This record gives sequence, structure tokens and C-alpha cells, in this order.
Amino acid sequence: MKISLKLFAAAAALYAASTFADSTLLNVSYDPTRELYQQVNAAFAKHWQATAKEKVTIRASHGGSGSQARSVIDGLEADVVTLALAYDIDEIAARAKLLPADWQKRLPNNSTPYTSTIVFLVRKGNPKGIRDWDDLVKPGVSVITPNPKTSGGARWNYLAAWGYAMKKPGGDETKARNFVAALFRNVSILDSGARGSTTTFAQRNQGDVLIAWENEAFLANKEFGAGRFEIIVPSVSIAAEPPVALVDTVVDKRGTRKVAQAYLEYLYTDEAQEIAARNFYRPRSAKVAAKYAQQFPKVALFTVDEAFGGWTRAQKAHFADGGVFDQIYKAQ
Amino acid sequence: MESQTLYPHPLSAPVTGGERPQSAARRVTSPTTESALVRRVLIGVALGYFAALVLVPLVAVFVEALKKGFEFYVESLREPDALEAIRLTLTMALIAVPVNLVFGVAAAWAIAKFEFRGKSLLVSFIDLPFAVSPVIAGLVYVLMFGLQGWLGPWLAAHGIKIIFALPGLALATLFVTVPYIARELIPLMEAQGTDEEEAALVLGASGWQTFFRVTLPNIKWALVYGAILCNARAMGEFGAVSVVSGHIRGATNTMPLHVEILYNEYNFAAAFAVASLLALLAIVTLVLKSVVERRAHGAHAR
Amino acid sequence: MAHALRRPSVLPGFNLALGFTLVYISMIVLVPLAAVVVKTTALTLSQFWDTVTSPRVMASYRLTFGASLIAALLNTVFGLALAWVLERYEFAGKRVVDALVDLPFALPTAVAGIALTAIYAGNGWIGQFLEPLGVKVAYTPVGVLIALVFIGLPFVVRTVQPVLHDFEAELEEAAATLGANRWHVFVRVILPALAPALLTGFTLAFARAVGEYGSVIFIAGNVPMVSEITPLIIVTKLEQFDYAGATAVASVMLLVSFALILAINGLQSWNRRRYTRTH
Repeated sequence: MKISLKLFAAAAALYAASTFADSTLLNVSYDPTRELYQQVNAAFAKHWQATAKEKVTIRASHGGSGSQARSVIDGLEADVVTLALAYDIDEIAARAKLLPADWQKRLPNNSTPYTSTIVFLVRKGNPKGIRDWDDLVKPGVSVITPNPKTSGGARWNYLAAWGYAMKKPGGDETKARNFVAALFRNVSILDSGARGSTTTFAQRNQGDVLIAWENEAFLANKEFGAGRFEIIVPSVSIAAEPPVALVDTVVDKRGTRKVAQAYLEYLYTDEAQEIAARNFYRPRSAKVAAKYAQQFPKVALFTVDEAFGGWTRAQKAHFADGGVFDQIYKAQ
Repeated sequence: MESQTLYPHPLSAPVTGGERPQSAARRVTSPTTESALVRRVLIGVALGYFAALVLVPLVAVFVEALKKGFEFYVESLREPDALEAIRLTLTMALIAVPVNLVFGVAAAWAIAKFEFRGKSLLVSFIDLPFAVSPVIAGLVYVLMFGLQGWLGPWLAAHGIKIIFALPGLALATLFVTVPYIARELIPLMEAQGTDEEEAALVLGASGWQTFFRVTLPNIKWALVYGAILCNARAMGEFGAVSVVSGHIRGATNTMPLHVEILYNEYNFAAAFAVASLLALLAIVTLVLKSVVERRAHGAHAR
Repeated sequence: MAHALRRPSVLPGFNLALGFTLVYISMIVLVPLAAVVVKTTALTLSQFWDTVTSPRVMASYRLTFGASLIAALLNTVFGLALAWVLERYEFAGKRVVDALVDLPFALPTAVAGIALTAIYAGNGWIGQFLEPLGVKVAYTPVGVLIALVFIGLPFVVRTVQPVLHDFEAELEEAAATLGANRWHVFVRVILPALAPALLTGFTLAFARAVGEYGSVIFIAGNVPMVSEITPLIIVTKLEQFDYAGATAVASVMLLVSFALILAINGLQSWNRRRYTRTH
């Protein structure tokens, strides 16, 4: 018994030593950023080697934004978090106090080095004639979106739809609620993460339209072969801002603050902005944005702050237990 | 002899044997069998059901895995993150099997060789992980060792990592594998009774000598059999480890989790390649199991 | 002596063996499970009740327990057929089939889930034939059922097989000589003898299905009120930082699990008694 415990402890120590040697960063991120951070991490390692003359290995963990935040709250030692929405990082600050509540003010552009928006992906030739949000609630249109309870992307999808209905002439709360309820009546599969939904739509051939991050839609087009799908840009959509943050308690404990800070700042350099743009994220840098202007369709965007008074309020009203999303499913 | 195959525990449910009257001729001419038509229909129905549920998915795993050619298949398995996942999964098995061997023998010794109060309750506790959802198995360790859990803050203050690291994965694996070896041994040791051990003790053997010379040889096949089942469960667990893993590529991903990650990276062929390796391990397990069964029956028939 | 905790025995090692067993089972199973129940006390009784009986959770019980029940019933019928042909008939590939019956036990559930989804999706090997018939399997409650049938398959087969094997031909022969036809012999003689094993196998398959997660989430569709299983509700609540809610639903499931285990063990000792009596 004692021996096995000792062995266990020894194995654990060895394991910890081998996998978390110094200058290793853990970036806990959300679902669709897998490809982006694979490239950013490699580029930053090179950059760090060149500027600081230090070797750094960056490990990545991906999943639904909410579940990733939950892991950090429960003790997953993330040096940096790069999640789908500010609310999830707010939760880490509020529940585990691993970083200050005003974390979003610490980096430029609300700590959001790249943005995106919500678009539709439809099958080749657009057989159901999807042009705008209104087409998604028509009978017989099967919509794929992830579950807003667990997926950050899905919350952007939901809020984009809500915001559209509010902004329509004569739009109000009741109409928006009915619109979103009608939309979710057309949803037959709710994966737990954005990536799961893309796979369901593209690989398993389910549904007529996928509501997705712009970057995810572009990527699906690229991965599954151009010409199989078409991207439809709605008249109005939401400015999706996936923020990044340093997890103070963790970097101080592990002594990685310097390199972690440099990693986040690196995301704002033209080099990293180029990588973001190549991965279909809208860059913040004016220079890179101009270079890739062709790539990103023009669309009227509203922000969460404008339309919902910030994430905390949006979360409480719509996605908390008993919120509008739950009510929609209860009423069916 | 008869008593040993009295009733196998269904959690593991080995096919009993002993000396089976295996003459097909007798069956065919016996008045107690079905008509040829009924036989064919039954075989057809049973095998159709089996094929649709078991065979086709198994074949699909291998077909999908080899879709991009054999070279790609080998490459996906040799990729560093995949190797790390394989290493971690083997580590899980290497922890779970020995620990459960010790536990299984101790539990079976107490339960099968002695009468005491609360025995059936203890047996039910040992069985409990079989029926508990793997998700709950993961959740309990988050509640215990998570940063917001009972011991989390203390562990964090002392720099000890349990969940989102190897110990957490090991604990979740140990939880789900608790019943398999113990439940394999208990019915067998109960059936064997205590006569042989008592005789050895009367002849002057010490307790440990009795165990190693008398009991262990009697239960060795059941032990091997239980270890195989335990191993299969340890390597294949998904739900429980998924909750406590943290999904760090190349660090806390076991093979089943790595399959999910690759699948989520649109890397379907590689996902199925790793999956096929797991399926191969499952098949090896089953072959080993049949071998053990046959040898065990041979040993009894002697 | 009647109040002694154990009957005296000359064998040594009882204290060591039982002590170790109790410590281990407490550390690995009981204390962690107690954590679930304790965590639930963060809720008041009425909050607890509202959580575990909210419409979404109720719908998930209906799906989880309903699909598990149907799956276990299907496995009882077809598992009996499979055990029967494996024990009584000769056919090509019998030994391979016999070995592969355990595959659902040995195959990781995630692999099973991905493979079943690939096959039963509308563009899959089997799904493409079912779709034109209007049968949608993947991403519907039927998909949940398929996954649960898959993981429960070994249990009925493996509990029925040994009983069928040891079944005495004399009984059947006697019944046949007395003029009973084959169907009567089956219903009146064989089936009653198999009943306890069938019931045990059914309960095992059911218990396994109720908690299943890995294989189901890939194929289910996971729509609230329609194809969302209870273990997924627990995960969803956990990932929304609702620990108390997650543990509330978890403790309901724990209760069911424990009841099922008690039922299985009760069935088995009944089974054993019957078996020894008939010998």
C-alpha cells in the first residue's frame, strides 16, 4: 500500500518533470483555433529563440470554450487562455480569481488581437436558396449550430440571430424571441463544440446550412475541397471578439510571466496578424487588414456591448439556467 | 470440478467449458433439435444482428484508417503526439492492472474465504463502478481534487497536481476498473472452499506459503482472465478520463482522447488509424481471452 | 457468538485482506462518490427537486431509461438467439463470432461512437440504405438506441451461454418423448430454465446502457428534449460551472446505479440457489 503510493508519487513527479519542463507554455483555447495556434506557436517559438535566445515549447488544449474555462477554473494550469468570448474569461476571474477582473483592459483592442463574425455555410449551388437570416426559419430548412450552453461560437451564433431580429424594422424583444425560437426549431443536431458541428455538416452531410464562425466556414471550404460548399454572408451579423489573457496566478507560480506576456503581445505583431489573416481571422493591424481586404466580405456588424449591454448581461438573460434559451426549449 | 463452473460472474462472463459433449452428429440426429429451416433462420437472424452491430463497425474502422494508404497509416501512428498518447494509455494499463491484481486478490480472499457481516454490501460496492456513469466517475475526482474542490486549494498550495495530470487520469481509470479482477476471483474462490488451505495450514505451512503454494495456483487462470478484462477497460476508457484530462496535446491525451482530437481536426484517416490500433488491441485481448479460457478448461479437465 | 462480526476460521489474513479492501474501495469509490452527495447539499431540498425534475432533465431520463430499456430488451431477444446458435449449431466462422461477441466490451466507447456514426449517418454504409426508406438513425433517438444496443450486446449472450451449455439434454428428450413439440419444449422447459440468466443479462445490459456516454454523444444529435441523454446533462451543467446542478442529477443516477447493482446481485444469488437446487 505504502509502496504503491510512493511509486505513484514518484511516477507523478517524473511525469510532471518530463512534460512541464521550464519555458513550456500551456495555451488553453477554444475549438476552431487549432490550426491558427499550431502555426502561431511554431512562429513564436522561432521568434523567441531569435529575440530572447530561449527555447520555448507551447502546448495547446482545445475544446468548447465553456468547458475549457471550466477546466482552468478546476485547476488546469493554463499560462494563457485564448477563448471564444470574454464571458468565459470573466468566469475564470470571478470564480477562481486567477486573474484580475479588469483583465480585458490590459491588452490593446479589448484584449482581442483578431476578430471574426458569423456567416452561413451552405451546400454547393445553395439548393435551399439561403440569402439571409430570415431564410433559416423557413419550414424544411435544416440548420446546424452547436449548443450555446457549452460552445462559445454557438453563443455568438445565437446573439447574431437575436440582434438581427431586433434590428429589423419593427423588431422588439418578443419578435426576437419568436425568431430565435423558430430558428432553433429547425436545428436537429446540437454538438457541444463548434468543430463538432462543422464535422456533422461537412463530413456527415447533415443539414442544409451551418451557422459558423467566418474563419471556420473558410477553413471547412479549404479542408473539404473548394466547390463543395458556399459561404453566404448575411445582411447583418455580430462582431465576434475572441479575447486572450494572461493567467496571473499560474504564470507567477510557474515563473513564465515574461514569456507568456511576450506570447500574447506577439499576437499583435504584423507577423502573427498575417498568420491570423491566412487562417481567416480578421486582423486588427490596419496594414495586414488592408492586404487581406479582398478576402473578407463587407458586412454590417454590431457588437455585444451595443446590442446586449455586455457579455454578463447577455449571458444572464439568454444562456443561464432558466434563461431565454432554456425557455425556448421548454415551450416546444 | 463441477463446482468451479458453477456460475461465472456475468460482468466478465466467460464461456464455461469443462468436458463438453461436443459431438455435432448427436445434435443433428437428436429429436430435440429444430428443423433445418428454423436453424437457418435463427443463424441468419443472429448473425445479421451481430454483423450490423459489431462486424460492420469494426471493418469500417480499418477501412477508414487505410483510406489514405498504408504509409499515411504508419505515419499517423508514428507522429509524436500519437506516440505520447500510446505511451500514456499503456501507462494507465500498467498502473491499473497491478493495483487491481493486489486489490482483487485481497478482496476475494476476505470475501470468499470468510463469513462476515455486511459481506453482500461490500460486494455491491465493488460492483458499483460497473453501473456508475463514467461521466460521474470523472466528476467525483473534479469535486475532490479540482481547484474549487475539497482538497484542491491545499494541493495547489503544495504544488501537487492530481487532475489534468497523470494521477487524475490514473484515479479515473482505477475507478472504472475496480470490479473486474475481484469479481472474477470471488465466485471461483468461493466454489473452491477452504479445505485445501486448511490442510496446508495443518501440515505446518505459514499463511503466505499457503497462499502462494495452494491458493495462487488454483486461481491463476482466473487472475489472468481478470487482468485481461481490466486491461481492456483501462486502455479504452473515454468518458471518465475526458472529464479529468484537460486535453493537452502530447501530454494528457490518452489514445481514446487522441482519437477524438484528431477527429476534431478534420484528420479523419489519422483518427481512425489510432482507433484501429485500439481495435487491434481489443482483438488481441479477445484472442488472449479465448486462449486463457481454453487453457483454464484444460487445466480443470486434468 | 451470534453477534460476532465474522465466523471464526483457521485461515489467516482476514484482517489484512479486509482492511486493505475497505481502505482501497473507500479511497477509490466510496469517498469520491460521497463527495457528489455532499456537494448536492449546497442546494435546498426544493432547489434540488426543481433541478432533477426540470423538463429538460425529465426528457433526458425518458430518453436514457427508455432507450436503455428498449436496448436491453432487444439484446435479450437477439442475445438469446446468438447464444443459442453459438451453443447449439455448427456454422462457418463460429469461433470468430464467439470471440468477437465481447468486442463492444473491449472497444473504447469513443471509437465505437465514431464508427457507428460513420456507418449509420445518411451517407454511411448502412445509413444510405435506410435513409431512402425514411429511417434516420444517426443524430436521432434511434442513434442513441443503436449505440446502447451495441454496448449491451455481450452481456445477455455471455450470461445465457453457460446455462444453455450446461442444460441437460435429458430434460428436453423427456419432454419430447412425452409428446411436446419443439416450440412447447422451448417455451415450457428451456425458457424457464434460462429465465434467471436472461433477467441477469438484461439487467446488466440495462445498467451499462444507462450510464453510457462516449459512444452515444457522437451519434445522438444532442438536442434538448429530444436526443439529450442524462450523462450529457451532467457534463453540460458541469461545463456551465453549475457544480451543484451537475451533482444533483449525478446523485439521482447514482441512486439508480446502486439499485441496479443490488438487483443484479440479488438475481445472481437467486440464480445460484436455483441452479444448486436443480442439481
